Amino acid sequence: MNNLAVSSLKGHVVPIPGIDIDTDQIVPARFLKHITFDKMGEYLFYDARFTNDTVNHDHPLNQPEYANASIMLVEHNFGCGSSREHAPQAIMRAGFKAIVGESFAEIFSGNCKALGIVTVTLPRHTIQQLFQHVAAFPNSAFSIDVEASTLAVDGLPDPFAITQKDTHKKAFLNGTWDELTLLKSNRDKITELAKQLPYLDW
Amino acid sequence: MSTGTLFDKVWNMHKVATLPSGMDQLFIGLHLIHEVTTPQAFASLRERNQRVLFPNRTFATMDHIVPTDSTQRPFADPQAELMASTLEKNTADFGIQLFDFKSGKQGIVHMIGPELGLTQPGMTIACGDSHTSTHGAFGSLAFGIGTTEVRNVLETQTLALSRLKVRRIVVNGALQPGVYPKDVILKIIAELGVKGGLGYAYEYAGDVFDTMSMEGRMTVCNMSIEGGARIGYVNPDQTTFNYLKDRLHSPKDMEKAISYWSDIRSNADAAYDDELIIDGSAIEPMVTWGINPGQSVPVSSNLPKCSELQHPQSAKDAYAFMGFSENQPAQSIPIDVAFIGSCTNGRLSDLREAASIVKGKKIHPKVQAMVVPGSQRVMAQAESEGLHHIFTEAGFQWRNAGCSMCLAMNPDKLTGNQVCASSSNRNFIGRQGSPNGRTLLMSPSMVAAAAIAGHVVDVRKEIGHE
Repeated sequence: MNNLAVSSLKGHVVPIPGIDIDTDQIVPARFLKHITFDKMGEYLFYDARFTNDTVNHDHPLNQPEYANASIMLVEHNFGCGSSREHAPQAIMRAGFKAIVGESFAEIFSGNCKALGIVTVTLPRHTIQQLFQHVAAFPNSAFSIDVEASTLAVDGLPDPFAITQKDTHKKAFLNGTWDELTLLKSNRDKITELAKQLPYLDW
Repeated sequence: MSTGTLFDKVWNMHKVATLPSGMDQLFIGLHLIHEVTTPQAFASLRERNQRVLFPNRTFATMDHIVPTDSTQRPFADPQAELMASTLEKNTADFGIQLFDFKSGKQGIVHMIGPELGLTQPGMTIACGDSHTSTHGAFGSLAFGIGTTEVRNVLETQTLALSRLKVRRIVVNGALQPGVYPKDVILKIIAELGVKGGLGYAYEYAGDVFDTMSMEGRMTVCNMSIEGGARIGYVNPDQTTFNYLKDRLHSPKDMEKAISYWSDIRSNADAAYDDELIIDGSAIEPMVTWGINPGQSVPVSSNLPKCSELQHPQSAKDAYAFMGFSENQPAQSIPIDVAFIGSCTNGRLSDLREAASIVKGKKIHPKVQAMVVPGSQRVMAQAESEGLHHIFTEAGFQWRNAGCSMCLAMNPDKLTGNQVCASSSNRNFIGRQGSPNGRTLLMSPSMVAAAAIAGHVVDVRKEIGHE
């Protein structure tokens, strides 16, 4: 455990409805031509939030009641498509710390973990219930307990059991979601394994 | 849990350690990089004064932002020029080989790895691009990574990964004439859905793969990720070994290499986490009608009814965006643009098949059509066979190598709500550069046939096999 450990987090929620939301929707490709991630937060869901640079007030991210949200509520296969880290970078830089959904694309959830964004899943019917609840009570907060694997919702009586990838859960709890230091600590083993591979110098 | 598969063998052989999280630290045998997903990774190394641990295991090229009409530098788009010059500086400073325009070896990163013999069986291969699954065609474990992971590979030549399950997808029988590897993978995605592969690596097997060319296997593995599978692979065989003979980076001692490559094949008694069997002889040419690669139909059918689909709301959204109607015949859909290229279908065999359809014909007057070879090498080979004349005489534009109209990062883009018959891999909203542009995915031969007819057609008619 270190100061990067994430054992629980709490925040307001913005609902992002839609299934199979791909990384091209999260950050349109034309905004990828930057050599830094600095501006990515501005491009989050750009083509859904703006039409010809005019604000689309129907989009939840443009609605004042969700302005303080730090948790995103999504449906299934969220983040499918490209491996571009620009997508979770945009989400992180727009102030989000966690995403609650029915399922996440493989590369996307790994990229989120590497940035310290917690992704947790719940069954479809629970997700639908949460969408209804957040629509009715936009100010209700979610509390995610990574350690206990539960999600408590303001205004709902019992916490829900959440599913997390076991490896991701442990990495959040012990603060190693950015694995670079751990990977580097095995430097000798890396060199040793490289010597055993048949193909590096043939 | 799977045992005795190629996945298990290659994974175990590359495992450096088990991390406290339970993830495995895997050595990455080959790291491919391009201009879009790497600048921030190199910047991170610079900030901390770190070096690349194995600079000779990383290879670079430029593809995403490359204009295909002229490779003249500086590029007209200053952002594209900055991305290109940043990659040039990073590769020079960190001692990494770059295949640039002058090398004659530039191209889409997933084209050049195989062409140069860098991609080999039994390797772990990573690249900051989801279509890295392409390289699984050789029996490697190849997968897309994010930029933080690119940094990890540069600095440690390893990644922290959670083990995947293995699903074997067996396609038996023989494909009908006019049915191509693209149709096979579109069919597999239609069967399993775009998230069917979450948590899985796909092993492709059966008669259809045993007899498929390396280029065809690359097309199928390329789109594994469109079905949610981060990795897709085919066990290496004589077809693989023949392809790798005499390539620039192929092993000098092929006998020793073939011995290793044969050992890592899945055992006859390997255990899989799941299996799917498909009758290859029943697969028709496929075409997508919606906004994800799972929304496809056989070209001879009508578009589906929302109520009959697993995700009716998603289908309704797709119809609303595409402007098509339930039950409309797929072949009634008019097209405005035809695009042949991309890491899915920009290889020589793709261009040959498409050229055989267009030879002696003219494209429909209202269609704009372009052929973009996937690499400089494919371009040179195609030109040596005169394919460029066949395309240009028919009215196609013949372009330089790059990702082109597969994604919206270079000047090749749809405008307005144009409908594009495309040999690429994604029909997501906005993917081809116009927020309301519409993409129909299909094989390069189907694209060629549609370009001539001005609407979607069954390519089997063109080749006399209906």
